[in-house]
Amino acid sequence: MAEAVLLRNVVALAGRFPVLAGADLTVAPGQVVLLRGANGAGKTSLLRLCAGLLPVASGQALVLGEDLSLDSRGVRRRVGMLGHATQLYDDLSVRDNVRFSVRAGGGSARDADAALEMVGLTGRLADTPASRLSAGQRRRAALASLVGRRPELWLLDEPYAGLDADARGLLDGLVTSAVAGGASVIIASHEAGQVEALAQRTVTVAGGRTTEAVLVP
Amino acid sequence: MFRDAVLVAGKDLKVEYRSRVGAQQVLPFALVVLVIFAFTLDANHDLLQTAAAGLYWVAVLFAGVLTVQRSFALEAADGLRDGLRLSGLDPAGIFLGKAAAVAGQLAVLELFLAGGIAVLYSASLHGIVLLVLSAVLATVGLAAAGTVYGIVAAGLGVRETLLPLLLLPVVAPVLLAASKVWEITLQSGPGAWGWMRILVIFAVVYLAAGVLAFGPLLEES
Repeated sequence: MAEAVLLRNVVALAGRFPVLAGADLTVAPGQVVLLRGANGAGKTSLLRLCAGLLPVASGQALVLGEDLSLDSRGVRRRVGMLGHATQLYDDLSVRDNVRFSVRAGGGSARDADAALEMVGLTGRLADTPASRLSAGQRRRAALASLVGRRPELWLLDEPYAGLDADARGLLDGLVTSAVAGGASVIIASHEAGQVEALAQRTVTVAGGRTTEAVLVP
Repeated sequence: MFRDAVLVAGKDLKVEYRSRVGAQQVLPFALVVLVIFAFTLDANHDLLQTAAAGLYWVAVLFAGVLTVQRSFALEAADGLRDGLRLSGLDPAGIFLGKAAAVAGQLAVLELFLAGGIAVLYSASLHGIVLLVLSAVLATVGLAAAGTVYGIVAAGLGVRETLLPLLLLPVVAPVLLAASKVWEITLQSGPGAWGWMRILVIFAVVYLAAGVLAFGPLLEES
């Protein structure tokens, strides 16, 4: 089966600055890969590149079979990204936000409602404007948008930030069931312990390069 | 494309309905513009009546700039522009949806402003078919051009001041043609249809430009 992600010597620029300077990464279908690295090492850039948000300057970049150097838009509907921003419209309710995101990805209002239930945002909370949510609740709402879209590739950038213990457990459970369903997951995280248990491989990013890939027993 | 447009227009209109920025800020601003003109020209009431059409469209134009700015400010925070790119929505659909939402808000605003010139300027609103038809065409043109230049300005740090600078000269033909149609119609004169052609051409050109160019512009923003 083709790799979910195949990057070979990929260079990507932000303006004139090379945020990725020859990155290599392979992720198999159904695999969870943990990205490690200091702040500014290029972890977020690597995730944004896989999402088709950062153009490929040179090298080979195939994500879900799509060649990103030819077309970076085609893959977007098939990936889900949970980043530092929650991508919520403050004036819309949680339900409206999630429904918009899920329907934009080709899903239905029913898929969105099911996702809200999965992350525990039901009842009055679902009808609360996003502006009134706590940081942790906003992360849950963003997670519901991601889950409802049923992406084939999950790109999680510091996904545990702002989450309490229950929500962390919930996230781990959602990742586990997505992987069981065939999705691949890349997690960029500074957290130790919990996330390492999920990952089959750890890749270290430094200076815009993937410098190390260690198999976790 | 049209399914995506409906989705985006529905979302933008829902945000506006919930935030009430249009009703509580843009509409009062446009009415204040009409009132200021009324104060300025009230000594010459005949001039006020003659200029009513032009002043009406100036007020619509100013309010239109605010409405377009607001439309793109929605996605300025919390990674929402990335969210829009990642959504998988057809960029042409996003353009049509955002333009439709702007047009819808402008249409409501124009109704109130028409009442405003009837009351403040004693303008007699006859020839209603021509007035409505020209207003629809001008609104589509303003919304389409505004959405194109809105996304151009959205990615720049000085978008609040840049958008009026970019947009106002571009939509000058709409202001001129719509003002002329209304002026001629309100004074029961001939020749309105010639100006209507300009409104049709402008609307078609900017709708086509937006459908074709919005994708690359969204990527650059």
